[in-house]
This record gives sequence, structure tokens and C-alpha cells, in this order.
Amino acid sequence: MTTDTDTTSPEAAPVPPPGRAPAAKRVPKGHKRLLTRRDRVTLAFMAGVPTFLHVALVWVTALASIALAFTSWDGIGFDSIKWVGLDNFKQLFSDNPQFWPAVQHNIIWFVVLILIPTPFGLFLAVQLDKRIRFSRVYQTAFFLPVVVSLAVTGFVWQLVYNPDTGLINSLIGANKPGHYIDWIGDPHLNLWAVLVAASWRHTGYMMILYLAGLKGVDPSLREASALDGANEWQTFRNVIFPTLRPTNTVVLVVTIIESLRAFDLVFVFNKGAQGTELLSILITNNIIGESSRIGYGSAIAVVLLVISLAVIIPYLIATFRKERRA
Amino acid sequence: MPLSQSGLVLPSASRRSVLRGIAGAAALGAGVPLLSACGGSGSSSDPKTVSLGSNASDAVPKKAYQSVYTAFQKQSGITVKVNTKDHNTFQEQINSYLQGTPDDVFNWFAGYRMQFFAAKKLSTAIDDVWAKIGDNFSDAMKNLSKGEDGKYYFVPMTTYPWAVFYRKSVFQKYGYQVPTTWDQLVALCKQMKKDGLVPIAFGDKDAWPAMGTFDQINFRLNGYDFHKSLMAGKESWTDAKVKAVFDHWSELLPYHQDGFMGRTWQDAAQTIVAKKAGMYVLGTFVAQQFTNKDDLADLDFFPFPEINSAYGQDTVEAPTDGFMVSKAPKNHAGVVKLMEYLGTPGAEETYLKTDPSVVAASSKADTSSYSALQKKAFDMIGGAKSLTQFMDRDSRPDFTSTVMQPGLQKFLQNPKGVDSLLSSIERQKKTIFASS
Repeated sequence: MTTDTDTTSPEAAPVPPPGRAPAAKRVPKGHKRLLTRRDRVTLAFMAGVPTFLHVALVWVTALASIALAFTSWDGIGFDSIKWVGLDNFKQLFSDNPQFWPAVQHNIIWFVVLILIPTPFGLFLAVQLDKRIRFSRVYQTAFFLPVVVSLAVTGFVWQLVYNPDTGLINSLIGANKPGHYIDWIGDPHLNLWAVLVAASWRHTGYMMILYLAGLKGVDPSLREASALDGANEWQTFRNVIFPTLRPTNTVVLVVTIIESLRAFDLVFVFNKGAQGTELLSILITNNIIGESSRIGYGSAIAVVLLVISLAVIIPYLIATFRKERRA
Repeated sequence: MPLSQSGLVLPSASRRSVLRGIAGAAALGAGVPLLSACGGSGSSSDPKTVSLGSNASDAVPKKAYQSVYTAFQKQSGITVKVNTKDHNTFQEQINSYLQGTPDDVFNWFAGYRMQFFAAKKLSTAIDDVWAKIGDNFSDAMKNLSKGEDGKYYFVPMTTYPWAVFYRKSVFQKYGYQVPTTWDQLVALCKQMKKDGLVPIAFGDKDAWPAMGTFDQINFRLNGYDFHKSLMAGKESWTDAKVKAVFDHWSELLPYHQDGFMGRTWQDAAQTIVAKKAGMYVLGTFVAQQFTNKDDLADLDFFPFPEINSAYGQDTVEAPTDGFMVSKAPKNHAGVVKLMEYLGTPGAEETYLKTDPSVVAASSKADTSSYSALQKKAFDMIGGAKSLTQFMDRDSRPDFTSTVMQPGLQKFLQNPKGVDSLLSSIERQKKTIFASS
């Protein structure tokens, strides 16, 4: 790899770095091949194995599940795969009482994450960026929920929300007959209850991302802005925030991914009972376990794939366009 | 190894073997879900061992089963090699497990869930075993052990009934009588509410307890035959008979414990332990929550009251656990011997010595060491005209887990929306049962 760039560098860079030019000369002139046999085998191997893994684990499986979405299969023997055309999708869109709520909940998940914990994470990041005392301690405290596995988070929060012995109901006295607040079971409450837990975690995540972004902001910008007489809010709004643009893109993508792959928290919390249905949980319920409605579950997975693509493709197009312009 | 011939010398052999391992794993993982759970170790063709896949991961059943296998080894000289997996994991992986290289014998449940694998040819018929053990079991147990083709596929081991549990001291204190009819039950609920008790403890966080209540009301109201064919997908869920089940249930719902959607059955059972609730519809495993001896002695149960005099209390929900033989056992002779042994009252008695929370499936087993609760359970099952297994064992697991569990939870939260719920269940049922 390095030999390759060295030979082309004279054309690419107008002024070749002085140290490197002799190295390029060292390559024998008559030797057409720059790579030895061993190099090529190593290269082929190093490129081949990841490619193979990528194709096998990403493309083959994705295409297989798209194909299975048009079949009915109980997972027992390949000869029991039956082609059913669009039946799975028809059933899904018209007969499945959980499907549309699940789509809706995934969207709510995204909207809530982007509206509440993201700005809050930014707020915390800005505060911590001021080098207040014990900054490291706060950083660790806020980031800790991100380190803890979501399954553990779900487990802890369902203890907090437990109708009889949970922290909240015990504190407000809502654990007596007639006064129950069913945080986990009530379909009007449970999504919000679980979103509190998700936001608790997401805030820390956003804080770290923004903190990293803020550390990269040139301090001279702040000085200039202060010299111009801007107050703190004006500096943040007109100078700092615009420079955080790359971070914002990352934050947006991360939040979209988080809301589409939301699963573990809810699964531990209440297994996606009424009120907290999510696409990922519907897929799992249909495919994993004894139920084995693999074709039907794949159809839901395809819907999730299409939604992901609808979000990611415009983003990629925008990114590439920007790169080309640059 | 084509790589080494090509002149490639990698720094160390270990790295190469790691890479090869990864590539190999990828090749395996890429194609087939079938290979995902090759948990079985059934490669032993040794005539002196039989391999057994066990779901008994809890300490007490695990120890109890081991005592049975040890007794079998002493008697026959055949070693049972047990491969234990977590109870729920075992159940979730059962499809791929049975298609891969399963153990010779495996733990499973009676009823539809057994018949499903028999029909898929993932299990071996054991009529030869039943020729010897047939006399040990009641007709109801025999029916539970047969596949749809009339052959035997299952050897039952233990069972337990679902009923209405209560504390004798609570009933004594308030002067309650055990209700035998629906009207008496409703009247009792009203009285309990007046007395400041929660009439019926309930927790449906795990989604299956509600199925138990549905089963009870359905076979009391519509009889065993209708219940069974409804579970098998042969009746319509929009039928007036099914609607009537939900109407009865709605009548009882106001007397159920509040906040049940977020409560586990264990927490609900604790309200019976604490004498805050009067009754609880559950299986005898509720006794596990009674850790104090005096509390346990105070626990009693009665069969769910009669609703329709045509059926009385003739059906008992008695989920039965036992054993099946996988499709191609390595050691057939040993398997037959083991299954014959497992079907004896002696094996069941050995098991119950360690795990007294269930009762023997055989009607010939010795009951002298039973607790009062066990005796009552045993008599109730022995006297039943028909036995059901539980909704998720009597019907297709995909139907119960993806349609009925969320469906019943929906009903519990909004009992008035039952009509649209039932037509939705019916539509989904048709497609699931049509997909063979």
C-alpha cells in the first residue's frame, strides 16, 4: 500500500515531501510488479476474508430474509417453504392489530429522543465544557447509563415502576387498590414510562458526542465573539452551534438508529405488551421461539429495512453531494 | 490447506487457525438457521448410554430428574447422559434443536405441542413402550400421549392442576363457603369486596396467566370438546359461544386485582400470602411462593365453579410434563428401556421425593407420602373426565404467542371492545392455521 502511494505521490502533490522522494527511487525500474507474491496473497487474504464475511453475514442474510418475506415457512426443513407472494404484507397491513401501533411507536420514540434528551445532552455538554469543578465526575455520572447494557437498564426501571413494590408507586402511595398507577401495563402510560428510561440513557450519549464536538471548537472563535460584545447565549447560538454541524449530523443519524433498533429495553420492561409494541419486537416474537412464523416475521423485517433505507439513502446522497462539492 | 501451499507464511499458526475458524464459522452461519442450535450431543452409539436433552434447569426439578436417572442406571446399567438447557431457551430453540442432532430422549409437554412435532416427523413413535406401560395410566393420560395418527409419542411423568386457590384461615375468618356455581362465585366476590379484600388476585405481565382464566371459563361454559376444537383452530372465534366466555369474564373483571398488566404472578401470589386477596386462579406452582410452612399448610384450592350444568366440573386443566424420543435415536434399545422405566409409578415416586410441587401422572403411583395439597390435586386429576393442557400447549404456539397473548391483554384493558377483538383474532387465526 505505501509503495503504491509513493510512486504516485510526485504527480499528486506538487511538492513531494523531501524525506520520501528517495524511497520512491529505491524501487527497481525494470520491476513491473510492485508487490511480491507474498504481498499479493496477503492482500487478497486481508481483503477477501472481510469481503466474504460481509457478503455472507450482511448481503446473503439480508437478501434471504427479503426472499423469505414472500414465503410461508415454519422453519422445519427447506421443503416446507411455500411461496405466498404478497400475502404476508397484506395480512400485516390489514389484519395485524399490532403492526401500525408498532410503526407509530417507533416514530414517537425518534421524536421524543430528538426533542428531549438530545437538547438536554447538548445543554449538559455546554455546561461541562466550561471546565467547572468536578467536571470529570459529572461526565462519568451522566455517561454511566450508556455503558450499562440496555437489558440491565430495562430491568432496573421495571423495578422502579413495579405497581406494588416499585419506588414511584410507593413514594406517591399509588400501590393501594383503587389507586394503582400501572406504569408498565397501562397502554396510555407505558410507552412514556419506557421513554423516560430511554431518554435517561440517551442524554448521556448525546452529551458525550456534543462534548467531543465542543472540544473541537476553535477557542479563538469564542474570543472574537466576546470582543465583538456578544453575550454567552448569542455566542452559543451564532458562533458555537453552527460549528457543531458535523456533530449534529452524527447525532441525528445515531438517534435514528437508536429509535429503529429500540428493542432490549422494552423487551425486558414488558415484552412489548400493548402500548409498547415495536417493529423489532414483532419480528422477534414471530421468528424466534417456538412460533417460527419465519416468512411473516421476515415481512416485518423487510418493512423495517425499507424504513431504514428511506432514512439512510437521503442522508448518504446529501453527504456524497457535499463531498463532491468540497 | 491451499493457503499454505501458495507460499504464504503468516506470522503464527495460531492466527491462521483463528482466521480459518472465522471463515469456517461464517460459512456455517451464512446458509442455514438449521445449524444455529446444534446443542445435542447425541453422537454416542455406546449401548450403555442414552443421551437426554433436559429443560429442567431449575435446581429442584434438575435434582429430582437426576435421582430418577440414577435409579434407572442402578437397575439397568445404562447411563443417562443429561444435557440441560435453560427452560425458556430450550423451548425457544426446540425447532432447530430437533432438526439438528438432538439427544435420544428429550423433555417435553403433552398435548398439541407434542402432536405438532410428531406430525412433523421430528419424533419417533413408541407404541412398543406403551405396550408395557399402558396399564399404569388413565385413559385421559393415554389420550394426552397420542399423536394425531393414534400412535403413542409421549411418556407422561408429572402433572399439576389449575384451580382456584385460597387460604383456609381467610375463608374461616369471614365465614365464606367454597363456591360451586358461577352465581355463588360472583356473590362471593361481591362479599369479599365489601369485606375489604381483593376478591381475585391477578398479574398478567407475562401474558400467559390470562390464558388460564380463559381456559377455565371456556370449558366450564362450552365443554371440553368445544374448547379442544377451538384451540385446534376448528371453531370460529366470532361464535356466540366464545363471545359468551368473554361476557362471563367481563362480569368477573371488576373483582380482579388492579394494575395486573404490570404485575408478575409471583407478586400477585404474594397478596394471597399476605391475606390481602381472597382467591387466585393459577396452577399448584403458586405454592412455591408460600415459603413459610404454616402459610403453606393454610393454602387450599377448589375447582373452578360450574357454569353450565351440562358440563359441571368434568374438565381439569392439568399440564403434563414428560418425555419424547427424537427422530433418530442413536441407541434405540437403550431408549426403549429408559422410556419403559420412566413410565413406571416407581420412577414418578422417585421424582416426587425431591420435587413435591407436582403429582404423579400415573394413576398407580403411591400417594401415601403426598401432602394434603398434593392428594387433593391427585384426586382431582384422577377424577377428571377430560384433561386439558393449557392454552399454549393445546394450540399452535405461534397462534397463542403472537395472537392470543396480546389479544387477551387487549380484552383485559378494554372489555367493551370484545367484538372487534374477536373478529381480529378470527382473521389472524385463519391465516395462521391455514399455513399448516
